[in-house]
Amino acid sequence: MKKSHQNGNSIKMSKGNRTLNIICYVVVGIFAITCLFPFALMISSSFMKEKEIVAEGYKLFPKELSIAAYRYLLDNPTKLINAYKVTITTTVVGTVLGLVAMSMAGYVLNRKDFKYRNFFSFFIYFTTLFSGGLVPTYILNVRYLHLKDSLWAMILPGLISAWSIFLMRNFMKSIPDELYESAMMDGAGAFTIYRKVFMPLAIPSLATVGLFLALGYWNQWYSASLYIDTPSKYPLQYYLQKMINQTNIEALTSQGHFIDAETLPTQSVKMATAVLTTGPIILLYPFVQKYFVTGLTMGSVKG
Amino acid sequence: MYFINFYFPSFDNKKNGGTELKVKQGFRVFGKEIRRNWVMFLMLLPAIVYFIIFSYITMPGAYVAFVNYNPTKGIFGSDFVGFKNFEFLIKNGDLWRITKNTLLYNVVFLILSHSFQIVLAIMLSEITGKYFKKVSQSVILLPHFISYVVVGVFAYNFFNYDNGFINSILVNMGMERFPFYTNPGIWKYIIVFFYMWKTTGYGMIVYLAAITGINSEIYEAAYIDGASRFQRIRYVTVPLLKQTFVLLVLFGLGGILRGSFDLFYNLIGTNSLLYHQTDIIDTYVYRSLIGSFNFSSSAAVGLYQSVFGLILVLTINMIVRKLEPESALF
Repeated sequence: MKKSHQNGNSIKMSKGNRTLNIICYVVVGIFAITCLFPFALMISSSFMKEKEIVAEGYKLFPKELSIAAYRYLLDNPTKLINAYKVTITTTVVGTVLGLVAMSMAGYVLNRKDFKYRNFFSFFIYFTTLFSGGLVPTYILNVRYLHLKDSLWAMILPGLISAWSIFLMRNFMKSIPDELYESAMMDGAGAFTIYRKVFMPLAIPSLATVGLFLALGYWNQWYSASLYIDTPSKYPLQYYLQKMINQTNIEALTSQGHFIDAETLPTQSVKMATAVLTTGPIILLYPFVQKYFVTGLTMGSVKG
Repeated sequence: MYFINFYFPSFDNKKNGGTELKVKQGFRVFGKEIRRNWVMFLMLLPAIVYFIIFSYITMPGAYVAFVNYNPTKGIFGSDFVGFKNFEFLIKNGDLWRITKNTLLYNVVFLILSHSFQIVLAIMLSEITGKYFKKVSQSVILLPHFISYVVVGVFAYNFFNYDNGFINSILVNMGMERFPFYTNPGIWKYIIVFFYMWKTTGYGMIVYLAAITGINSEIYEAAYIDGASRFQRIRYVTVPLLKQTFVLLVLFGLGGILRGSFDLFYNLIGTNSLLYHQTDIIDTYVYRSLIGSFNFSSSAAVGLYQSVFGLILVLTINMIVRKLEPESALF
């Protein structure tokens, strides 16, 4: 922030200023707490005793803590481990492939000596304006590409996005053309320049786009719900969604009736599963946040 | 401060651009270019092939909206029925209902979220405590990183009849349980709440960047003129954000027919009791395909959305071009 004039002046705060200050702190603070609350409730619910949930419902401050839900999940880990495997595979493969393809495209579209860059920019951009829609895509993927029940069905959609290519290209606008020219003078080919000049300089934008990609794949459930039939190929989020949706319907049909939950910690397991599928994101969040903010800022507004 | 043209910043840059190619010689030049710059073409190839397969090939497939789709005959072999699929949707009222819902929700989303984002961005920029600022900004952005499936879990955690958080509080206070999942009226508020919860951080950062971009000399001048902090916000920050706001809302209007599928589907799912007030175009398209395998009506709604969406974007772009040529998309 460039507003040193606010911190710098040593004049006493007027009454109006102090009120303004308090309002700012309170509103921002309350909203920040609102943002955190569902996470807190989910985590504390996952540590509740099943008996207490059934008798009194989910609570922020349970009377007793218990790790029964997590123990249950660790004792029957096959499904969750499978889902983790699927999610990690699709995330890694998708992110790497997407980064390679998009950084190359962004690089070429950024080269001023590439004659057709405006044509290809529009070719790529047009896909964001009009699409055939879900049904033709579905028919294409299932009938012609035979992606039904294949992990590729979760990797290919979302692999390359126009937005990320343009983000990458715009990010590199700041590289002076002379850098390319002098490399060309030294006899370097287009690919060598990409590898030796572009890539090292593009690391921040690679990090941003890579983060977008990885996050998209980690949180992915939509393609799985369209194309994946075998439960052992469910990714984490789809596995979680199936679990919650199923119980929503159960809860609907049995509304008001007593559900016997002595044997299995069903209710706390749901929350524990959610914690375990989201955990990696929350743990990594503090470290990756800044790349995200950079990408966001440069994608929209320029000072 | 202005919006960069994100997609085509180089169009006005005629000096280096390749737009001046003449149609007659076009192909010959193209061939020559490929021979000369084949490495670059090769590097661009994966992305181009991807878009051809997953975007361009499916475009003519939108024709499926005009046929009675028969899987064994394929899209172009099925019987042509003209606008029958659309007629059916108009007659049974589905099309009107989902269009109305989509538009209403999106208008509310646009207005509420942008005003709240601006307010929050201004407040955050006024906060001087560095630590508080950093932490609260991080926390407010956190929901953006979470999948909508988890938002669905949160909703379950809060609103589930037998042991949801809200009902456990109600019971504790000696009140009746509230049947959220059978009460359509309440979900519009829940949906709007979670939309705000999920997207505020993202938009707030965009506005925050715009505020950071304001020349600090303007603030200094205002300060010397004796403006209080409130006056500086009122007469410097807000007017300078107006342009960003207008553009973001305009572009938002361009996408007003596109619903937040993830949000709606994960909160409502297949609970048909709630459809009347919560069904939007995108959930309808999805359900028609996955739930009932009604390819034709799903495709009809999808095409309707694509075509009107395109018209909307083009119109909005024309308006933006008039207001501020530099920010127009194309």
